[in-house]
Amino acid sequence: MTRKVSVEDVERVAELAHLELAADETPGMVQDLNAILDYVAELNELDTSGVAPLAQVSELEGAGGASSLRADRVVPSLPRALVMAQAPETDGAFFKVPKVIER
Amino acid sequence: MAGDTKTVETFVEKPATLARLRQDIASGAVKAVDLAGVYYDRIAALNSQLNVYLSLTRERALAQAARVDAMAAKGDPLPPLAGVPVGIKDVLVMQGAPSTAGSKILQGYRPPYDATVVSRLEAAGAVLLGKLNCDEFAMGSSNENSAYGPVRNPVDPERVPGGSSGGSAAAVAANMAVCTLGSDTGGSIRQPASFCGVVGVLPTYGRVSRYGLIAFASSLDRVGPFASNVRDAATMLGVIAGHDPNDATSSPAAVADYAAESDRPVEGLRIGVPAEYFGEGLDPDVRAAIEQGIDSLKAAGCTVKPVSLPATRYAIPTYYLVATAEASANLARFDGVRYGYRSPASATLSDMYSHSRDEGFGAEVKRRILLGTYALSAGYYDAYYLKAQKVRRLLAEEFLRAFAEVDAIVTPTSPVPAFKLGEKTGDPLAMYLADIYTVTASLAGICGVTVPCGTTPAGLPVGMQVLAAHLKESTAFRVAQAVEAAQT
Repeated sequence: MTRKVSVEDVERVAELAHLELAADETPGMVQDLNAILDYVAELNELDTSGVAPLAQVSELEGAGGASSLRADRVVPSLPRALVMAQAPETDGAFFKVPKVIER
Repeated sequence: MAGDTKTVETFVEKPATLARLRQDIASGAVKAVDLAGVYYDRIAALNSQLNVYLSLTRERALAQAARVDAMAAKGDPLPPLAGVPVGIKDVLVMQGAPSTAGSKILQGYRPPYDATVVSRLEAAGAVLLGKLNCDEFAMGSSNENSAYGPVRNPVDPERVPGGSSGGSAAAVAANMAVCTLGSDTGGSIRQPASFCGVVGVLPTYGRVSRYGLIAFASSLDRVGPFASNVRDAATMLGVIAGHDPNDATSSPAAVADYAAESDRPVEGLRIGVPAEYFGEGLDPDVRAAIEQGIDSLKAAGCTVKPVSLPATRYAIPTYYLVATAEASANLARFDGVRYGYRSPASATLSDMYSHSRDEGFGAEVKRRILLGTYALSAGYYDAYYLKAQKVRRLLAEEFLRAFAEVDAIVTPTSPVPAFKLGEKTGDPLAMYLADIYTVTASLAGICGVTVPCGTTPAGLPVGMQVLAAHLKESTAFRVAQAVEAAQT
């Protein structure tokens, strides 16, 4: 009944994450992703119908969440020169990267 | 300057208290510039053995120290941390100073801005010595995942300091800083504090700004202080806590005078002890030390009662799904485009992304990114990530119900004392408990303090974790200080 992760699943996930796995890394990853399925099976022991997901703990009662949004105002951001100083390759205004080639 | 003589060399040295330093600097007995010099000398003597600091911010530190000395000389009132030497975990940015997050992918990166906590420390007069070693992107519990080599535990350099804030904990334990800042996502302040025998604080989620913290898991990450005693940890929290318009999750709730609150007696407080944290896998020496600590709370007039947290075991799958999913999203920005490492000679943009990430990230980071990507991928998001966030609400609500019955919940911070480098901890039950002890509070957003609570017969530190409800750091500090007082 428990779905098993395949090597193709691992390769697809790696592609999505822009990571390349070496051949010897793949079996370990298959194992790790299967462990995720075990975790999910455990969570499915709990009935959460009618339970809203908790993405922000600060929304809980007494947790100190902010009740209002800030004013929609433009304020200065980082100076461009400072930011571009950290770029691997730049013309000063843009980040330069290799050509995008259609697959 | 020397530590105790034992069969294994130890580098433990207790820093002076903030109160003592304040007195000395205000009176002129100690010059902040000289004090910074003493700390840099000690760092020079010990860092090659302990690998605590990754970089030093000497110019900035000495300029700040000179400003403090000028204020003291004029007799001006001194800000709360005037002249205090502080270390900063390398996941927090200091403008113009290297910030690696313990990773090769940010080698050479110099951030263009200061983290809010850095600005606040400096406004309070602190002298920021340098950047502290940590597990890569805060992922790990032994500081063995740093791309720049492990940190060694000052108590026993053959052992780990814990992680991910291993450098932050070790620095205080070895008096290579008076206080430090670290970060905690699933235990990364509490566990190393416990392993190194120092105080560590997990502030309520949102209590301290995350602006300038290189993100791991945005709904879990917290910045918090380490110190050699509870009162000083409370003072540090008071300086860094408070609303920040640059952090949309930061809380507008008022900041208490935590140091003053920590002095208040604990008589009449109700202390909860959860059976789920005292089961198989807990080292008997750790258990004995914690039980002594609990007895001291009874002697101080607390009521100790059992509490039940039956959903505790679900914290592990919940944490692994939530933390890895959020990490995969946060680490997507490291792609070689705008900053950090870019792999040379990539023919296409797509190759540049994957080569830069492959070459820049360590194995554990890659592993967690892949797990998280899987949990979020199309077709699985609802069943995996969203399900975990629903269980998270159940876990949080269980804590809230417990805090209606008790003021604080106490547990061991770690089921085992510091293990040897390369060993991890052999017992799977112990590893399971190690996660349980800390990720539960992480998921619920509640606060806690870990306080030294004795040692094992072999001399390894044991920490007690004192948990309190959201924004009730004062209660946690009070109880922790009572435990600390009973140790002397």
